[in-house]
Amino acid sequence: MNPNYRLPNSQDSYGFGFLDEFAKREIRRVILKAISIPGYQTPYASREMPMGRGFGTGGLQLTLSMIGPDDTLKVIDQGSDDSVNAVNLRKFAELTCPEVSTTESTTEASLIQTRHRVPEIPLRENQVLNFQVPYPDPLVIVEPSEAKRKIMHGEGDYARLLTKLYEDLVKFDEITISHRYPTRINGHYVIDPSPIPRYDVPRLNQSKALLLFGAGREKKIYAVPPYTNADPLVFDDVPFRTENFYDADGQRRACARCGCTDSFLDELNLEDGSKAWQCSDTDYCNRQLASTEAGEVTQ
Amino acid sequence: MGYVAIKGGEKAIDGAADALEALRASGPVSGSEPLSLNAIEHQLRLLTSRIMSEGGLYHPQLAALAIKQMQGDTLEAGFALRAYRSTKPRLLETPPQDTGNMRLIRRISSAFKDIPGGQMLGPTHDYALRLMRFELAEESPEPFRKMASTFLKNAPEEALPDSFPKVLDALRSERLLPPKAEQRNPAFDITRDPLIFPVSRSAALATMARAETGSMLAIAYSNMRGYGDIHPTVAELRVGYLPVMLPHPVTGELTEAGEVLMTECEVIAMYEPEDTESAKDAAPEFTLGYGACFGHNETKAISMAILDRALQKGMRDGPENPSEDPEFVLMHIDGVDSMGFANHYKMPHYVTFQSDMDRLRSTREKYQARGETPQEETHES
Repeated sequence: MNPNYRLPNSQDSYGFGFLDEFAKREIRRVILKAISIPGYQTPYASREMPMGRGFGTGGLQLTLSMIGPDDTLKVIDQGSDDSVNAVNLRKFAELTCPEVSTTESTTEASLIQTRHRVPEIPLRENQVLNFQVPYPDPLVIVEPSEAKRKIMHGEGDYARLLTKLYEDLVKFDEITISHRYPTRINGHYVIDPSPIPRYDVPRLNQSKALLLFGAGREKKIYAVPPYTNADPLVFDDVPFRTENFYDADGQRRACARCGCTDSFLDELNLEDGSKAWQCSDTDYCNRQLASTEAGEVTQ
Repeated sequence: MGYVAIKGGEKAIDGAADALEALRASGPVSGSEPLSLNAIEHQLRLLTSRIMSEGGLYHPQLAALAIKQMQGDTLEAGFALRAYRSTKPRLLETPPQDTGNMRLIRRISSAFKDIPGGQMLGPTHDYALRLMRFELAEESPEPFRKMASTFLKNAPEEALPDSFPKVLDALRSERLLPPKAEQRNPAFDITRDPLIFPVSRSAALATMARAETGSMLAIAYSNMRGYGDIHPTVAELRVGYLPVMLPHPVTGELTEAGEVLMTECEVIAMYEPEDTESAKDAAPEFTLGYGACFGHNETKAISMAILDRALQKGMRDGPENPSEDPEFVLMHIDGVDSMGFANHYKMPHYVTFQSDMDRLRSTREKYQARGETPQEETHES
């Protein structure tokens, strides 16, 4: 190596959005292809990001390749803006995308990056939701080889997946798939909707917002375009069931913080050994709390 | 009823970063000299080699910085280098480089006692006794500084040749090996295209060249032990500086733009009747496995050469063992991917676990309704 070479002193050499422009262009093209073929896992040359594979590098590449100075970005993990990983990703976007504003409000955001949840407040047409995806392929639970799975998808052959659901019913009288519930998009491709709870799956159907899914480690991007059918894989006589938040007396549990009874709840084990339930979507919880408090003040 | 605070993530992250830095600087005061990049690059040269190769970027100083910053974690250091690389555009593609032009520091063949140019043991631990050298524990700087200059002063007068012929060329001229392919397909760039199976040999080689050493060794070792059958002989293993030839921006003439330290390994495997692609009456020939990587990393180059040969067999006949299955091998040897995913399990999974509990509770309710108690409860009674 050249003996006169010196390492740069600071990190000011990173461009807008961290990725080089060729990478961003490639990802945008792949996004367009993914939107054109709803539910199809479009391969792309995923770049290494400065956070671990599995920490949202796929969702982040989507976000960084489409974000512009006019955007308002919200990042959530487990529904929370202040979860360690959400904070980390948001800080990185702030560092590498100067001028972009960030928010914790679902309604103010133009671009939302999420891990494991769909926000409680319904999204609008001018919003995009980028999901972080660990496993892009729902068939992986029945077929380990990607080459074989690709053929199965092409032929719309989901027989083994349906068999797995049937076997669950025979063995346990319940479908045991708890999250990452296989969902058929536009009547053809079945997707892994990322590890969202079953509670959020109906929100994918006929969504007003564009839903994009980025799997960085597995190098795939797929989309559920706005106003597209998204149907969880079920049998005609076995209804799709979401998570149950009813207590032994059949009472819907309420959030211990804001008191609402219409959100996905985190189950908490308290110091005294008792349990409590609390909204997983912190923006929604804050909103409910603020409106309750405002109500109390007026009274 | 209580609830938990929904703030605090940011403060926790900052605190974690401070704690990590504090540990880097902790220790007895007398020993607390910050590591210089120069010391890492040269005294830990094999570590630097490994990081450049797994990071997929030839940059010894950045590799040394990554080692320092990541406090010696090879997976993290390779990862940091890889992420840095993501910010750089691909400016051009080099033509194929001729490793026959390598300026060697070491080359050996285990196939022949004598080879054109001779065996050159060079810097290796192979025949060193792995006895602890306690004198290194308290090394004084003076003799340490003189070591390299004394070594060079005592080197033989007669100049060594710049390059050495390749052992394989001799075998090729005897027709014991198939001739080099006349036509080359363009190289597959794994940084620009995803692997879609079936993949070309070029894509497989590129994936292995930046794979994690230990992961590749484990799968190659499975083949050596018996989950596979390639019985390799090292035709040649060479370590040295490869002059990197690039077309001159004006004249287009190939010009030396720099050099990279690299390790190259060529293994020969026994012939098999179906190995010859042409007609059955063609004379049998040995077959080749090829391994090469940045830096001085012989374990990696040998593992790669063995896997290359195993994968060629798997691509042709269908895999009979994990090491012959391109998807199994190539999707599980990348350190950045595998380490990232193993560590992601530490992140919050509250939502998905809530979902899991919902399924289990619901299933148990059905058991109880049917009068069947789940097994662990039967044990308790």
